[in-house]
Amino acid sequence: MTRKPRDKRMSIDEVIGSLESGMTIGIGGWGPRRKPMALVRALYRSDLTDLTIVSWGGADVGLLARAGKIRRLVYAFVSLDSIPLEPNFQRARQSKAIPEIVELDEGMFQTGLRAAAQRLPFLPMRAGLGSDVLVNNPWIRTVTSPYTTDGAVEELVAVPALELDAALVHLNRADEHGNASYLGPDPYFDDLFAMAAEKTYLSVEQVVDTAGLTVDSPVQRLLVSRMLVDGVVETPNGAHFTTCTPDYERDERFQKAYAAAAGGSDEDWQAFHDRFLAGDEASYQEAVRAFHEEADR
Amino acid sequence: MSDWTRADVCASAIADAFKDDGEIFASPMGLLPMLGVRLAKLTSNPDLVISDGESLFLAGVPPLFAKGDVVEGWIPFRKVFDVVAYGKRHVMMGATQVDRHGNQNISAIGDFAQPTRQLLGSRGAPGNTVNNRTSYWVPKHSPRVFVEQVDVVSGVGPRRAKAAGPAAARFNDIHRIVSNLAVLDVGGPDDTVRLVSVHPGVTVDDVVAQTGFTLDAPADVPTTREPTTEELVLIREMLDPKGLRFKEVPQEEAAK
Repeated sequence: MTRKPRDKRMSIDEVIGSLESGMTIGIGGWGPRRKPMALVRALYRSDLTDLTIVSWGGADVGLLARAGKIRRLVYAFVSLDSIPLEPNFQRARQSKAIPEIVELDEGMFQTGLRAAAQRLPFLPMRAGLGSDVLVNNPWIRTVTSPYTTDGAVEELVAVPALELDAALVHLNRADEHGNASYLGPDPYFDDLFAMAAEKTYLSVEQVVDTAGLTVDSPVQRLLVSRMLVDGVVETPNGAHFTTCTPDYERDERFQKAYAAAAGGSDEDWQAFHDRFLAGDEASYQEAVRAFHEEADR
Repeated sequence: MSDWTRADVCASAIADAFKDDGEIFASPMGLLPMLGVRLAKLTSNPDLVISDGESLFLAGVPPLFAKGDVVEGWIPFRKVFDVVAYGKRHVMMGATQVDRHGNQNISAIGDFAQPTRQLLGSRGAPGNTVNNRTSYWVPKHSPRVFVEQVDVVSGVGPRRAKAAGPAAARFNDIHRIVSNLAVLDVGGPDDTVRLVSVHPGVTVDDVVAQTGFTLDAPADVPTTREPTTEELVLIREMLDPKGLRFKEVPQEEAAK
């Protein structure tokens, strides 16, 4: 009998069931790119509350803010790119609906994840010095270099470790054990999110056998090793409406509809919610298909 | 060829901001900065390293938003952060507000705790401004943009960098602020914003009137140079034949 590593496949509901209110959850991808949206939609529908969300944000932050899930938000930006300002995020900020706000420089954010991944309390960096990032986050400290540089002693930002209870990331392919590859142009920081987290849940477009991961793509595309992963979920079109290049690009038409509803009246949002977000992932995907069929007619 | 538009003047002024940079990564945010950087690469500084704005270094100089050019490198976001810290980079960012001391805001308008208008967030501005050369592009010069004091300091101007100590000041390099009316820098007294040149057809008084703080304007302010014939051909025939630049600086603002 040959013994294989564990099969980590699970359902979306099992992922959400393993999370708890009050947790710190990191969400991979970048802005409107390769976001684990199927898992985010499930979080949106869940009973979980008081979450700390850590994200280079897009509609993931917008949706969770709209559902009142976020107690503390750690971000450097929230944007839909082709629509620069995220209406649900704007609405939440302007009505002070998110109690605690931690706005960082986007490089500091990476450094904070690196510190957590390396099990360090902080890592030094220049970013933040002189800016209001340090004014608005007075708990972020500086550290004095023990070395002299050009006759001066430098005082740097001690970027605190961004430790995560759980990371949610979406890649193109994985095997059942959690080895996963990205096939698009940019890995983003999904490996770093995984290493900064206590538990990592990985959604993918397709689960293939291990040999299939490198059959038509170079080994360098294997971004995530199974030792970083606790659960694997196959969610086809699961990054929708963000990009998941080369499987699909951003659904600009749908994003427009999302932004219009998010920036519209309460009734507009309720209608969007009822049509797309009230049911499970399968009914979401079906509603999106119907939306496009209608628009194409 | 003297029938240039204000957008063309802005493009060549932006190109001039990158002409002495040598072999570094030019990172333009927004349409006119992208046009200006590509113009610089085709004229004054062919050594510039440019990207598609996503994750590829481009060997050629394609038209705005065109794809399929020869690739010369890979620059995913994680490597962008490496280059920021390494320093061989000049970024031209947008600015919702710029103040008298060259601080920039793209984070929020009003009180940070509950803004009247939430913007993008500070993005990479805090890190950019203490690590690599940074310029700003302002498509609509007005007292709403050029304010006495920004509501949130995202990008750090030289005075605040010096106050924050040698680690902040060491690589702080706010190079140019190019607007639809003028070229400015932070070479005024006490590290304040200074008028470098006014675009053809614009007076110093026009710029002063559209600036919400006391602008340092030397006695003799030169006029921003006119685009050359070569530049106009490159802009119109090659880089921006569809006239996308007029979305940021409308054609009505053509020189008189």
